[in-house]
Amino acid sequence: MIQSSIRAMADMLRSKQISVAELCSIYFDRAQAFNEQTGALLSINDDISPQELIQAEQALSNDSHLLAGVPLAHKDLFCTQGVTTTCGSNMLANFVPPYDATVVAQLKNQGMITVAKANMDEFAMGSSNEHSAFGPVKNPWDLSRVPGGSSGGSAAAVAARMVPVATATDTGGSIRQPAAFCGITGVKPSYGRVSRYGMVAFASSLDQGGVMASSADDCGLVLSAMTGHDAMDSTSHPDAAWQWQAPQGDELKGMKVGIISDWIDGLQDEAIKNSTLEAIETLKTQGAELVEVDLPHAHLAVAAYYVIAPAECSSNLSRFDGVRYGHRSASAVDLEQMYINSRSEGFGEEVQKRIMLGTWALSSGYYDAYYLKAQKIRRLISQDFQKAFQQVDVIAAPVSPEVAFKLGEKSDGVSMYQADVFTIPASLAGLPCLSMPIAPAHGLPVGLQLIGRYFGEQDILGLAHQFQQATQWHQAMPEAYL
Amino acid sequence: MSINRKELKEIADLAKLNVTDVTLDSLNDSMNEIMDMIDAMNQVDVSGVAPMAHPMDAKQVLRADTVTDTNHQQDLLPLSSAADDEHYLVPKVIE
Repeated sequence: MIQSSIRAMADMLRSKQISVAELCSIYFDRAQAFNEQTGALLSINDDISPQELIQAEQALSNDSHLLAGVPLAHKDLFCTQGVTTTCGSNMLANFVPPYDATVVAQLKNQGMITVAKANMDEFAMGSSNEHSAFGPVKNPWDLSRVPGGSSGGSAAAVAARMVPVATATDTGGSIRQPAAFCGITGVKPSYGRVSRYGMVAFASSLDQGGVMASSADDCGLVLSAMTGHDAMDSTSHPDAAWQWQAPQGDELKGMKVGIISDWIDGLQDEAIKNSTLEAIETLKTQGAELVEVDLPHAHLAVAAYYVIAPAECSSNLSRFDGVRYGHRSASAVDLEQMYINSRSEGFGEEVQKRIMLGTWALSSGYYDAYYLKAQKIRRLISQDFQKAFQQVDVIAAPVSPEVAFKLGEKSDGVSMYQADVFTIPASLAGLPCLSMPIAPAHGLPVGLQLIGRYFGEQDILGLAHQFQQATQWHQAMPEAYL
Repeated sequence: MSINRKELKEIADLAKLNVTDVTLDSLNDSMNEIMDMIDAMNQVDVSGVAPMAHPMDAKQVLRADTVTDTNHQQDLLPLSSAADDEHYLVPKVIE
């Protein structure tokens, strides 16, 4: 069962080979059994209401509700009504939202069942999931290594099949890098495709909700249900609704796939380089036409991102003042000190560092030299992509220059930031992108990134689906969790 | 670009964060490392380039100016660690 696709689960549920309650209990038991060692989940819902089960059973009779009865975990920054939503932070340790995020409501309406909330780097800031206030997540492929971040809990939970699918978010690579590190498929859609309503904000012009699952087909099915215009999110695109169509046969033959040789040649790790080249060769064998493309400003993406994202973070996180919700310090005697103490006690070190950086970049005297300049570089990078997509349909690139590293190995923040070099450019441009598993390196998972045109989710997922028809990497699981 | 301890204290005041003397040195080093990284932006001439604040260059989507929601006061006030039936409570501001 745990290696079944969503389509297979849907068939089994409809033919009554298994009930919704039985399916959920398989994953609930796995979630319970593996959570202590992986730390992937922050809360497990051991009390699925009879009403929820009945709703899911009823949704099964609706052919358009393919996801009915399928369990999932939500990254713990999606607000879930009545269920604690911590964002990996002491600031929100006791926050119980009075409403559901749009994404949560959409998937609930499909009859999906929330069995858990997934661990994450605090406020989605981090690339290792070591920055959660509730302890790190460990990579199911090697428990001494990180799962990546910030959606490390979602990625580890799917890799160990504690859930078949999980929601996640990506600001600069937070879906693709952990998906790569954990050997699963993860897709970040185009900016504006998925509502951000009820998704705790980090950097509003970059944050986008997405999906992690074992295959591109599973990701496509769940992502379809998450898309659509939402009047509650002013950045939701009016034409956001989208429906995944799994390509049949070789209709992708002749698809033009862009390759950035500088990126691949620059990979220091020969095993990752070889794995990447082999995957690209497979795409070619399958009929893709490879075309060399250039993104001349992409090397500036990390620098621009670490101005823009902290600037937006400092603005978004100013709402946490201890007054209306979130942690309030018990030690303050006046209002000013209450703000300062509440924020200093509630936020972890990495979050405070980014707030400081953003406050600095937005302060008088530095705004033009840094924030505005970063926005101009963002424009140049976006234009680079526009030019590239005049020649190609999809760009294939590495996800990360490294495999999952050891917990505690990177104490220096900057080297962790710089490892996001391949994921940040598409984030700045707001483009859809994914990571899919390819041949491992050093016995650990490796991902290949596919980047599409704006609203080109069908192209990237279609190509990944075709690749996964010819390869088995996406089916590989860490042995201890089989 | 680099930042010194005094400037860092001023930024912390603006950000409403408490930076102790103990954490100041490590934060100072770490901020300066990041600033060195950010200085890579100086490699390119951006004169004449329009800033891109957002990936969607579309117009802001506005809703009709009609009441669509109800009052959620009783749902929201309990989220605060100090509130009465109608107000958020904070430490005394005026003596």
